[in-house]
Amino acid sequence: MAFEDELFEEAHLYASREEMESLVLHDDGNTNKSFTFNGRDDNQHHYSLSSPVTVAEIITSDDGDPLELLSSPNENLNSFDSFLEPPSYADAMFRSFDSDHGKQINGHGVVSTSVQSTGFDYLKISVMYPRKEQDVANSSVSGVNTYVTYLITTWTNLPEFNETVSVRRRFSDVVTLSDRLLDSYRGFFLPMRPDKSVVESQVMQKQEFVEQRRIAVEKYLRKLAAHPVIRRSEELRVFLQVQGKLPLVKTTDLASTMLDGAVKLPKQLFGESVIDPSEVVHPARGKDLLRIFKELRQSVTYGWGGTKAPLVEEDKEFMEKRMKLQDFELQLSNVSQQAESLVKAQQDIGETMGRLGLAFVKLTKFETEEAVFNSQKVRAEDMKSVVTSAVKASRLYRELNAQTIKHLDKLHDYLGEMLAVNSAYSDRSNAVLTVQTLESEVSTLNSRIEKLEAVAFKVFGGERSRIQKIEELKEAMRVTDDAKDCAVRVYERIKENNKSELERLDKERHDDFFGMLKGFIVNQAGYAEKMASAWETAANETSGYAQICSSK
Amino acid sequence: MITTQRSSTGGGGLQSPRSPSSQPPYLSVSVTDPAKMGNGVQAYISYKVITKTNFPEYQGPEKIVIRRYTDFVWLRDRLFEKYKGIFIPPLPEKSTVEKFRFSAEFIEMRRQALDTFVNRIALHHELQQSEDLRTFLQADEQTMERARSQDTGIFKRKPSDLMQIFRDVQSKVSDVVLGKEKPVEETNPEYEKLKRYIFELEDHLAEAQKHAYRLVKRHRELGQSLADFGKAIKLLGACEGDALGTAFSELGAKSEMLSIKLQREAHHLLMNFEEPLKDYVRAVQSIKGTIAERANAFRQQVELAETIKLKEIDLNKFRLTRSEKMSEAEHEYEELKADSEEATKRFETIVRLMNEEIVRFQEQKTQDMGLAFHEFAKGQARLANGIADAWRSLLPKLEALSSS
Repeated sequence: MAFEDELFEEAHLYASREEMESLVLHDDGNTNKSFTFNGRDDNQHHYSLSSPVTVAEIITSDDGDPLELLSSPNENLNSFDSFLEPPSYADAMFRSFDSDHGKQINGHGVVSTSVQSTGFDYLKISVMYPRKEQDVANSSVSGVNTYVTYLITTWTNLPEFNETVSVRRRFSDVVTLSDRLLDSYRGFFLPMRPDKSVVESQVMQKQEFVEQRRIAVEKYLRKLAAHPVIRRSEELRVFLQVQGKLPLVKTTDLASTMLDGAVKLPKQLFGESVIDPSEVVHPARGKDLLRIFKELRQSVTYGWGGTKAPLVEEDKEFMEKRMKLQDFELQLSNVSQQAESLVKAQQDIGETMGRLGLAFVKLTKFETEEAVFNSQKVRAEDMKSVVTSAVKASRLYRELNAQTIKHLDKLHDYLGEMLAVNSAYSDRSNAVLTVQTLESEVSTLNSRIEKLEAVAFKVFGGERSRIQKIEELKEAMRVTDDAKDCAVRVYERIKENNKSELERLDKERHDDFFGMLKGFIVNQAGYAEKMASAWETAANETSGYAQICSSK
Repeated sequence: MITTQRSSTGGGGLQSPRSPSSQPPYLSVSVTDPAKMGNGVQAYISYKVITKTNFPEYQGPEKIVIRRYTDFVWLRDRLFEKYKGIFIPPLPEKSTVEKFRFSAEFIEMRRQALDTFVNRIALHHELQQSEDLRTFLQADEQTMERARSQDTGIFKRKPSDLMQIFRDVQSKVSDVVLGKEKPVEETNPEYEKLKRYIFELEDHLAEAQKHAYRLVKRHRELGQSLADFGKAIKLLGACEGDALGTAFSELGAKSEMLSIKLQREAHHLLMNFEEPLKDYVRAVQSIKGTIAERANAFRQQVELAETIKLKEIDLNKFRLTRSEKMSEAEHEYEELKADSEEATKRFETIVRLMNEEIVRFQEQKTQDMGLAFHEFAKGQARLANGIADAWRSLLPKLEALSSS
């Protein structure tokens, strides 16, 4: 499940909490609440969630909680708000446990802490203020073309940057950046860029969609900034710094490249075109149809991903590592799924506990109002203490869950990493394929030359054209051989990148996962202790009944 | 099972006037050892009912009989008939879902509820003297079966039937019969308040019980997801290997252990919190039955009073005309008067009993719920502490592993 989705889930967690916790003891009917996320900033990201609330209300006055919404001041105080005390100093102490994971996750205005700093350099990015723009110049037949831009602000002390800079970029710019990085950094574990999302233009405009996208873009850029090599890349710098139009080459769409390729094909078939060594740096793409076919044929011969032949993937260690990573990915995916279930179960129990508390609040109110006998009043008092604990527990479950989501999010992050790893390994496979294709090309040319040379001794006449042919073939072979050498170098480079990236990944994973485990455990333990304390209060207050009735 | 201690505090034996022995009178019952009898569709559960008493009407200090659910139902119905005005303790419902009829949990819940049922009767100063109770606790199975089959048929009125009558009282049918426009009901404001209270209380309690039941389910679900999570994390640990792998394995194991704690707490919550709440709901429903009986008795009384008035008019007419019908009419009149007195007495008894019962009921419920709340809070505290301890114990190990 994407991080964005979880954020939205969390919004609903907050929504239902607001619904649950703002309960007032008169039958007012409906209250509409609108509140800001991270209200300390002056950003205008308002979520107005109208949650009709009925019957009983208990106002909480928690202002020490960093995740707490700054809801409107409580006007409707009544005797029931004594149910829930404000957070004690102990609460504040407890929160320091989670401080390293406790940063706000709704990013605007709050900067990322995920910095791979080798010392004191930092590169912080935030994506804010989505804005609708109109592209009048390139209006399509259907009318004016509208799109959304985002203000991307960078704070850094890296030498190649200006200290603070803001640019406006649209989503297709992000796609371009991603494509250029993929070209330049083959073999690297590049973060996955956000999806393009095939949706109607109507949906594109919706606030929810725009917000999701904003968050996704921010997360992506921060991941790029966190990568020790990529953060220094020219492409990223240009994207973040250069005002106006993004000066990176756009990837043209496949259809037009196919058309271009189709034009070139006849020349290639007649052996007239020369393979430009620089082109072999990339796997055959849109323009070079012939090479696409050749590489396709090659890969079919050797099986997808399977290797044989001259440049064998002799790196057995690599193959073992690859399999281990695949296994890891499988298990990680499984854990991630179970983590989601766990989070849902925690949410459910918190909610039900809250509703149980609510039901008893109503019952308490009822018994108090209708009390004819003293026994009823006593019962109402007993109920009150249980209600207090139940509502507290419900709130604690919600907080626990919000934290749990943050910690276990690491799992999702690494699933994303695995996609990057797979992509990097594909680069490697493609590079091998290119090399093999060229090698086989060389050997084909070579055998044709040999054949022609052999013929010389038997046939007379046509000698000049034969010699000419041999020269041409020899030239082609030389060029192809050069290209092959180039491809081998590319392959070696990619191998190196893979290796260093894998080391980086292992180390980061080690640190990240230990952090996650610790955070998760401290979180669970801390909240459990608080819940125990809340329930012990109620147990003590009702302990008299345990003495009256003997044990069963 | 409720011990002798409780029976003496319940004032059970104190009003029994005859015990010759120096020991205070006691009547203690327990319902135990559920056993499945028969096969297929006919299968049912039988229970052992053990009676320990020194009441002179009972045979011997201890008696054991075998009873099934329908026997309990019989007892409840008989008591309901005979002791109008008293809140008869409620019975657990018939199981509607076939699948759960023989599940261990359902059987245990039912056994506990039946045990509570019989004990409440045994502790009630009036109900404990019931002959039907004696039959139930002592008679052999054939006698019991005979008694049970005798009571089927049109004469048997179940509380649900009475509910219908109660509703009819408020309908226009009886009005037409009586020739009146409004239903025949007491105009006692205190009683009105009580009726409203009972009806509203049922709604509130039902809602609370619903959420309590859901909470039990949530505990189970959380337990299950912790188990699954633990298992998955262990597999991931196996993949990782080294210190991190060990850390994952430890976490997974703890998670699985906590899953068990959660299941246990779910059961505790069910038996010690949800079931008492359900019992409370049933008790309130039983009171509604008594309310219906009272309305019935009131109506009868009023009807008879009306009839008598009419009869009086007729009688005076006959007296004046010196008709030969006079003696017959006088005779009828006397009969009616007697009936009317009976009806009035019946009604007044019900009113008196109800007033006593409601006090007792409220006090009893405060006790019952107080205990239930205590068990709830205690259980949750215990669970939370267990969870906290388990996770905390992992921390030093984790520290050691992460630095290695």
